[in-house]
Amino acid sequence: MEALVASAVAVMTAAGVYLILRRQTFPVVLGTAMLSYAVNVFLFATGRLVVNLPPVLADTATGYTDPLPQALVLTAIVISFGMTAVVVLMALGAFIASGNDDIDLGEGRE
Amino acid sequence: MNHWIIAPVVLPALLAPLLVLLARHDLRAQRLLSGAGTVLFAALAGVLLAQSSSGEIGVYRLGNWPAPFGIALVVDRLAALMLGLTAALALAVLAHVLGTGWDARGRHFHALFQFQLMGLAGAFLTGDAFNLFVFFEVMLIASYGLMIHGGGRARLRAGVQYVVMNLAGSVLFLFALGTIYAVTGTLNMADLAVRAAAIPASDAALLRVGAVLLLLVFAIKAALVPLQFWLPATYANAPGPVAALFAILTKVGVYAILRLFTLGFGPSSAASDIGGTLLLPAAGVTLLIGMTGVLGARDLGRMAAFSVIGSIGTMMLGVAVFTPAATGAALFYLIHSTLVAGALFLTADLVRGQRGSLSLAPGPRFASHGLLAAVFFVVAIGVAGMPPLPGFLGKLMILDAVRAVPGGWAIWAAILIGSLMAVAGLARAGAAVFWETTPEEAAAPSQPLALAGVAGLLTVLVGLSLAAGPVSAWLNAAAASLYAPAPYIAAVLAGGAG
Repeated sequence: MEALVASAVAVMTAAGVYLILRRQTFPVVLGTAMLSYAVNVFLFATGRLVVNLPPVLADTATGYTDPLPQALVLTAIVISFGMTAVVVLMALGAFIASGNDDIDLGEGRE
Repeated sequence: MNHWIIAPVVLPALLAPLLVLLARHDLRAQRLLSGAGTVLFAALAGVLLAQSSSGEIGVYRLGNWPAPFGIALVVDRLAALMLGLTAALALAVLAHVLGTGWDARGRHFHALFQFQLMGLAGAFLTGDAFNLFVFFEVMLIASYGLMIHGGGRARLRAGVQYVVMNLAGSVLFLFALGTIYAVTGTLNMADLAVRAAAIPASDAALLRVGAVLLLLVFAIKAALVPLQFWLPATYANAPGPVAALFAILTKVGVYAILRLFTLGFGPSSAASDIGGTLLLPAAGVTLLIGMTGVLGARDLGRMAAFSVIGSIGTMMLGVAVFTPAATGAALFYLIHSTLVAGALFLTADLVRGQRGSLSLAPGPRFASHGLLAAVFFVVAIGVAGMPPLPGFLGKLMILDAVRAVPGGWAIWAAILIGSLMAVAGLARAGAAVFWETTPEEAAAPSQPLALAGVAGLLTVLVGLSLAAGPVSAWLNAAAASLYAPAPYIAAVLAGGAG
């Protein structure tokens, strides 16, 4: 399981980094979303990976999983979701204002 | 429990939604509310400054949960200082915005402005690393809105770059926090200081990875080389008063480096050497690149942006040697450079409003030409760090504090060469904008002349020069307490009954 989660984080991060280095805005936005998925899974795993254990106190529990990373992930998901919405809108605004979705400022060509 | 501590976060957090919900269509009501709120914010910052001046460390436990479990807000001298600086800059920027009518060029300026203040106050006050991330995000979301205020093609495209850069920074921040939590099991900064000192040697490498990642994140915010590329385009394309307010955003990175690398990754932890060894060369290169930019920039806005990078370099040279004397000197320079950078962006905005463009090429004479030339001259003296404005004293203190440091001569060389380049660059800019003129007439000014913001900042700077002795004694005490964190840790980790 550890290998599976670790490689999932790695593949998503690699895809995110590749996309974020593209020239068009659209792949860059996808890249930031991909990176945020990767970091969410990573954060989830920082409390160590366990199976079928409750995060809160229970009489029948034989052990517990760390509840804090789950709370952190929730916060991180909300923030990254909002950020993705903001960047999509701004990219759309820039696309409409300038007519193409190149990420650079085009300073050299003007 | 001292409830004053959370007030600077709660006040703008309540005011901003009120501005959107109640005063959406009434600019005058917005201005009134936002102005009153900012004055009140400054008063609260003043209260916290007065309370922490004795060296007392105030702790506010949200929900009264005991410290490592709940989130704690902590105010010590450094946090109160940064809060006071934020308030001073915010007042000047708001005065400028009201005077020039920038807030009428787009919607929701005042609400975003208040959210920005909330994020800044929270980032300075929090004692929890994850909470720091949350307040960073509050601050950044507000700054995205402010950055594209007024719209326009170039500004939107620069805005997209700024957002993407900061999203990547946020992801790095989360990776760093996750790594640190996995190693130490805590995110409370005081608790981190205790646990990082006691982790087994087998985990030291992981802690160091976390520390380096955090350093990278804060270096992005502070625009340290090689992570400074986002800054010139952002600051030069942001509206003038917003760029002036952003002068404090880069200092958040400096503050966070200072806080975490004296506390969590302080001398007793396995990651203690990271701050110094990586920061010092980066700071020197930052200073020289910033000043090269000042020499080579082709318009006043970009020149001001590069001068921010240069001043960050100077400041980080003081911070990166991590001694109390050098930190005290760097804090003095930090106050000066924040206010003077604000004044430079506001002056540039006034010039743009009167002249139409900021390009460093001969342009037409414009209304109030002589007055703005005089203001620019005074501000430029401040940016270059020449007497009588306090930048001169700040640089002198940094030079004095690094004399005994190995390799101190390189720091001397960087600061002195950087200052010379700044003088040359600013003189060239002043000559190009104000001295040489073309015969044609300038178009009518696009905004009224509003000197209140710039004048206020310059008054504070002159006051800082006059009161340099007591201020620097206070800052040295603040710096000394950073390097003796035992009372801070004890105050935060004391039981939750307080």
